[in-house]
Amino acid sequence: MSVLTRRTAPVRVPTRSFHMVERNVMAYRHNWIVILSGFFEPVLYLLGIGFGLGSLVPAVSTGGGHTVSYAMFVAPALMATSAMNGAVYESTSNFFYKLRYAKTFEAVIQTPVGVEDAAMGEVIWAVIRGCLYSIGFVMIMQALGLIASPWGGVLSVLAALLIGFAFAALGTAITTFMRQWQDHEIVTLGLQPLFLFSATFFPITVYPPILQAFVAVTPLYRSIHLIRGLTTGQIDVGLLVDVLYLVLLGLVGVAVASVRLRRRLLK
Amino acid sequence: MSDPHSLILARQLTKRFGDLTAVDGIDFEVAKGEAFGFLGPNGAGKTSTMRMIGGVSPVTSGLLTIFGLDPARHGPTIRARLGVVPQADTLDLELTVRENLMIYSRYFDLSWREGARRADELLEFVQLKERSRDKVDELSGGMKRRLTIARALINSPELLLLDEPTTGLDPQARHLVWDRLYRLKQRGVTLVLTTHYMDEAEQLCDRLVVLDKARIAAEGSPRELIDRYSTREVLELRFPIDEQPSLDGKLNDIAERIEVLPDRVLLYTSDGDEAIAAVRKRGLQPETALVRRSTLEDVFLRLTGRSLVD
Repeated sequence: MSVLTRRTAPVRVPTRSFHMVERNVMAYRHNWIVILSGFFEPVLYLLGIGFGLGSLVPAVSTGGGHTVSYAMFVAPALMATSAMNGAVYESTSNFFYKLRYAKTFEAVIQTPVGVEDAAMGEVIWAVIRGCLYSIGFVMIMQALGLIASPWGGVLSVLAALLIGFAFAALGTAITTFMRQWQDHEIVTLGLQPLFLFSATFFPITVYPPILQAFVAVTPLYRSIHLIRGLTTGQIDVGLLVDVLYLVLLGLVGVAVASVRLRRRLLK
Repeated sequence: MSDPHSLILARQLTKRFGDLTAVDGIDFEVAKGEAFGFLGPNGAGKTSTMRMIGGVSPVTSGLLTIFGLDPARHGPTIRARLGVVPQADTLDLELTVRENLMIYSRYFDLSWREGARRADELLEFVQLKERSRDKVDELSGGMKRRLTIARALINSPELLLLDEPTTGLDPQARHLVWDRLYRLKQRGVTLVLTTHYMDEAEQLCDRLVVLDKARIAAEGSPRELIDRYSTREVLELRFPIDEQPSLDGKLNDIAERIEVLPDRVLLYTSDGDEAIAAVRKRGLQPETALVRRSTLEDVFLRLTGRSLVD
């Protein structure tokens, strides 16, 4: 049909993404309580499960002859989960509202800000929001003596940034396929098992080998593995695999989101 | 090939969505400082054309340049010099009136300080200064429209695109919008607008094209179009509803052209009063008879056989 004559704009480096972040900061100034509430959930889990339930659990083996206290085992998992939740929430519900109802991007693309800027800007914003939670959470972990070394704390915040990026990109990409609010239930349905079974509350060795192999390729498992390695001080090559996995997931997510948004907005 | 002063140049411009041809090979040019209009009913291809000019809709085939640039290649450069007032308001509902202008200035890479200066100036211009701290939701339809116009002006555009700028507004709000657009025109801003209101086209446009079914049916200034496609005067007759169908033939020869609409009969003639006299002489008793000047509505009816607003 018109494939041959159809002109498409060259893909650009999204240099104006930052304006989308500014827009979101501006919008949240009216709504800062929403930001604050997201901070407490993982802290409550840490207290309730890490310490409460943890008092019944003996030290946990993390492989290679290392053992850590249950709180020390669970805390990095909660940190990774909260980075995931913050990024996913921002990039699904909030992004969906802006895309479908508020027509935010229709207005944005009439300016020099392009579709790629908008998509990348949304991801960066979700990462920033997730990062705020991670910093707060790491400080609490440090105060409670749940981090092996201060360096582990710093690196784990960087890791949380990467986790936020991967899940924000994934969330943004998935949201471009959503048609109605009910579709968000599917996201919730996906997040729950990830949260419970990604070696969050018990080591992966609990599973039979075939299930272990499956869990090992899921994104939250890789995220938890990365942060747990950093905060417990068990640094090995496996952490590089986690980093690579998350970078790749994020890039694919951004690419899919950009293509989908282009198709939707530039009709 | 064309006038180098053209801000917009379109040759055989075409837009297709699957099997639907929304714009079918149209040619037009818009010169600097001009107020140019697309007049046509809903579905004629006005919005599709505007979106292509605005660089947010890829051209299917044909040539389109804005400021001499190809929108597919230089989208951001073109958009930096454009102001766009879309058909449906796309104001940011999570922000206040003034914040809407501030963040829009950032989208154009203006500094915060410059953005604030322009925002205040524009709020004054569209008479919304008192509402600057309100959320957008609290504004009336006319106010939202004015804010959208202010937003479109934040980058001091050379070319302002307005897609049905006053659709849905009450008469008073429309006149306020027209007044502001007229002032912009006097300042030398090139205006391109779509409308299905003939009075809007007559008020604002130096030149316009009549779009019908994705094609251009006619082009010219409002006056030229009326002279070319209609008579000086129109006699509008209303008959009792059951009598109108039985009129056939009885009005022949009285006017140059006759249009029978569901609710009235239009007689196109150079002298309306003479035509009334002729109608009465034939023993016909219309309920009302009104002589008026021809408008773009008549031009449209002549060209397409349909009315603009249905």
